[in-house]
Amino acid sequence: MSVAILAAEFLTRMAQNLQPDQPSASEQYLGEDMTTYIQWNNDRAREIIAAHALFDGAALPILHALQFEFGFIHEEAIPLIADALNLSRAEVHGIVTFYHDFRRDPAGRHVLKLCRAEACQSMNGTGVAQDLLATLGISWGETTPDGSLTVEGVYCLGLCACAPSALYDGEPIGRLTLDTLADVVREARAP
Amino acid sequence: MPMIQEIDYGTPVPVTDKTVSLTIDGDPVTVPAGTSVMAAAMMMGTAIPKLCATDALDAFGSCRLCLVEIEGRRGTPASCTTPVEEGMVVHTQTQRLADLRRGVMELYISDHPLDCLTCSANGDCELQDMAGAVGLREVRYGYAGENHLEAPKDTSNPYFTFEDSKCIVCSRCVRACEEVQGTFALTIEGRGFDSRVSPGGLDFFGSECVSCGACVQACPTAALNENSIIEMGQPEHSVVTTCAYCGVGCSFKAEMKGSTVVRMVPYKGGKANEGHSCVKGRFAWGYATHKDRITKPMIRKTITDPWREVSWKEALDYAASEFKRIQASYGRDAIGGLTSSRCTNEETFLVQKLVRAGFGNNNVDTCARVCHSPTGYGLKTTLGTSAGTQDFASVDDTDVVVVIGANPTDGHPVFASRMKRRLRQGARLIVIDPRRIDLVKSPHIQADYHLPLKPGTNVAMINALAHVIVTEGLVDEDYVRERCDLGDFESWARFIADERHSPEAVEDLTGVPAADVRGAARLYATGGNAAIYYGLGVTEHSQGSTMVMGMANLAMVTGNIGKAGAGVNPLRGQNNVQGSCDMGSFPHEFSGYRHVSDDATREMFETFWGVPLQNEPGLRIPNMLDEAVAGTFKGLYIQGEDIAQSDPDTQHVTAGLKAMECVVIQDIFLNETAKYAHVFLPGASFLEKDGTFTNAERRINRVRKVMPPLGGMADWEVTIALANALGFPMNYEHPSEIMDEIARLTPSFAGVSYEKLEVLGSIQWPCNEAAPTGTPMMHVDRFVRGKGKFMITEFVPTEERTGPRFPLILTTGRILSQYNVGAQTRRTENSRWHEEDVLEIHPFDAENRGILDGDLVSLESRSGDIALRALISERMQPGVVYTTFHHAKTGANVITTDYSDWATNCPEYKVTAVQVRRTNRPSDWQARFYEEDVALKRIETHVNAAE
Repeated sequence: MSVAILAAEFLTRMAQNLQPDQPSASEQYLGEDMTTYIQWNNDRAREIIAAHALFDGAALPILHALQFEFGFIHEEAIPLIADALNLSRAEVHGIVTFYHDFRRDPAGRHVLKLCRAEACQSMNGTGVAQDLLATLGISWGETTPDGSLTVEGVYCLGLCACAPSALYDGEPIGRLTLDTLADVVREARAP
Repeated sequence: MPMIQEIDYGTPVPVTDKTVSLTIDGDPVTVPAGTSVMAAAMMMGTAIPKLCATDALDAFGSCRLCLVEIEGRRGTPASCTTPVEEGMVVHTQTQRLADLRRGVMELYISDHPLDCLTCSANGDCELQDMAGAVGLREVRYGYAGENHLEAPKDTSNPYFTFEDSKCIVCSRCVRACEEVQGTFALTIEGRGFDSRVSPGGLDFFGSECVSCGACVQACPTAALNENSIIEMGQPEHSVVTTCAYCGVGCSFKAEMKGSTVVRMVPYKGGKANEGHSCVKGRFAWGYATHKDRITKPMIRKTITDPWREVSWKEALDYAASEFKRIQASYGRDAIGGLTSSRCTNEETFLVQKLVRAGFGNNNVDTCARVCHSPTGYGLKTTLGTSAGTQDFASVDDTDVVVVIGANPTDGHPVFASRMKRRLRQGARLIVIDPRRIDLVKSPHIQADYHLPLKPGTNVAMINALAHVIVTEGLVDEDYVRERCDLGDFESWARFIADERHSPEAVEDLTGVPAADVRGAARLYATGGNAAIYYGLGVTEHSQGSTMVMGMANLAMVTGNIGKAGAGVNPLRGQNNVQGSCDMGSFPHEFSGYRHVSDDATREMFETFWGVPLQNEPGLRIPNMLDEAVAGTFKGLYIQGEDIAQSDPDTQHVTAGLKAMECVVIQDIFLNETAKYAHVFLPGASFLEKDGTFTNAERRINRVRKVMPPLGGMADWEVTIALANALGFPMNYEHPSEIMDEIARLTPSFAGVSYEKLEVLGSIQWPCNEAAPTGTPMMHVDRFVRGKGKFMITEFVPTEERTGPRFPLILTTGRILSQYNVGAQTRRTENSRWHEEDVLEIHPFDAENRGILDGDLVSLESRSGDIALRALISERMQPGVVYTTFHHAKTGANVITTDYSDWATNCPEYKVTAVQVRRTNRPSDWQARFYEEDVALKRIETHVNAAE
């Protein structure tokens, strides 16, 4: 039997088994745990890709799963995904670069995502963020030299009611001040 | 002469009988249903401003320049994405629209360099045109904001440059790569303001890009522009002509400055390519003016003498006197001629006329001997005509595509793009090939079945497929009863139903699981319109002709001949291989495939040419070489063919050439065969002459002269001069007169003339009283031969067997960037993609021999041995190795043998038993090649110049 027919059968079975209340593949990987990332390796990446490849619209679930496992999307992942999904490398590159959430380089041990959208801006989010970056001596998207913390910008976490807001290793923080951010940095730098 | 202007309707125009009437700017217009408002407006001559739309691509609706107002609708919809509706009232020019369009242009130009005067696209820039059309006078946003003006250029591709700062991110290039070419090598990287066109984050040269030029063609600005335009500026006139590479026969506009080609642009009006191109035709034309061109006639007494440049008269007189001397000493049959599938129909016709009427024998053959001669034989026997059954457009109606022994994405890329488009629309695909070619799996393409058979087992495979169809009751009985010879069918059905042809019985032979064969056969028989496309992997075997007949059997038994979307379709290798066969290049046939023993035909030619003609077939190429070695064949006139590189068993070919007393070469370069020649007559490239080429779909296309012949004479003029020097008068003022003679003497060409070609653009033969505008599809109501003839196709294994000494099978082929012997493409930047021939070998076979990727290896058969680099590849199956024959110095045909097709002598290039081992030096043949490459190519004047 050809691969295409196998795939079609598999998809049908998957559709029958999927429960509506199950979290989507993307939702499964929302809570990142920075401490458990493993070193990039092709074989493990292939396993992850194969496990998701037969889903409809598999590219995003695969990318989420890879980032969940390795902390970032390694350059070598692109041809592997392209091959598995029968896409071109360029198409996969287009998908990866479209979403800022997919990192192209390893992050620090912890990740702080600061909201830069309108509501947070109006509540002095910009000022707080600039102060933090100046203190750490890094720019948006960079990691502190000791590798403890990566600071990324995001555009609306849906936490406007407690702006300015952030996500620290997947956990929301509201009403940010320089003090709360100092706590975050201290925790990140803790051994 | 002006530039040819092609209308861009902005969006594809649907082909349908249903029409819709609407009003645009107060004028009524009726257009096909499904047409966009933009295209409908263009049909009445109203150009709506646009940037992201072009009619080669589906509507996209991103540039927001083509907005219109439609009465009764809110807002300003994009005219490209809005289909026409009955009674619609459209306004394309209002103050509101003008303001909107100008506002959009202001945004574009706020992030675009203002260097129009020094820009390479100046004079051919849609952005500039649109700024003019909308009346852009200022940019209120200024130019100081964030921008992309410093974005770096990508100059990695040798033929075009990507100037990112000029890019307006309209996605036309990305969509062209997807929709037209089907490679998907481009994407939009990032999002929002950061969105840029990107070849997958790499540079163009290192990316998946195949350099077809579709993106460059689609780009409305200078972002993607040909390097030749950057260097030379805009052309001033253009001429429509036909590409001289493969058998697809793409139409191009040669865009010129005087007699210098500035660029070749695929012509939308060309019915074979409809505006698409590949890296060869689009970019690899620089060979025509390469410094290696030989433009002066030369002669020499012996091949070890240096060449001496002489006048045309001296060269022609010398050749004529030698041919006469040889015939006087050794007999009339001691000389012959070879026509070329690279030359025009008219030139080919003249060469065979010269041989038959001037030399007085039938010793004429052509390079089709070594490629598609089994096609001619097999299809003539079964269906009645020596050509493919469909036009290329037929694939748009195909439901099941079967590709056998062909690699269209490399060999026939423009047709492959069309086929891939159909496959993306959902057609099913069966690939029968020993190698995992790109079609088996590449972005958005996946074969339903890949049957990776062992080389040499084609006939066993086709019989197994037919066995399944006959024994599982899948025969289209009505069709067979109505269209085919029933007696032949019944004996064939009995033969094929025998258990020895079952997929299970031949599984060990072919190496393909029986279940896959059964599945593929069922799909072919029941999947709707099924079309077979095949190449040299079918013909270049000891049973090449049998296999062609086996495919015809398969198509007939399932009713797949005579309708759109079906057929048996040879993908012919050379630009005019169909034509050279049509023109009577084979020793046994006059033009139109009529045997020389047919008295009525021969008498017609005798009357018209005024000389008696022989009624026995003459010598084929291999016979000529054998007889040369034996000492009875002494002189050969070769027009545009390089048998010392292209024909099998090189050492036998060169031995034959060395044994001749006068070899006359007519070519644009001092090719491999010229090393063994005594007279060199400068040839002319396709840019230097008028004529016609006939492509794989029997389409006769015009070739038009855009520059004078560098050597002073076009090839047809040289043959005329040689004939006259021999005392056989020929007088033609223009190739159209030769075509008139062809039409007069050839029933299938009876209605062809240059005047008609001028009107119709191209004509598919047969073209005669019954079909005055030609015949896109053959065998529609009945087969040309009357009833379709089923032929018994017993599988007889080749005598070329693997054994302890030669345990592997070598199969040969070609790749995208190089063309055949490489005489042309090696003299272009195409060599950057393929600098040398390599040996593809499966990791298992490599490991067994301690071979690493890139190692120099010795490849040896019973014919000879060569050394080349190994490329370890899982595209191969274990036990099979593969190489190309593009580089003379590699000598791939030193390895191939003298075995050939039983019916036509087409060489068995695809099966040679070989051994592969590591080595550290070139082979003896290669060492001798390097010496002779200097010794046998010396030119006297050059020697003097050096002194």
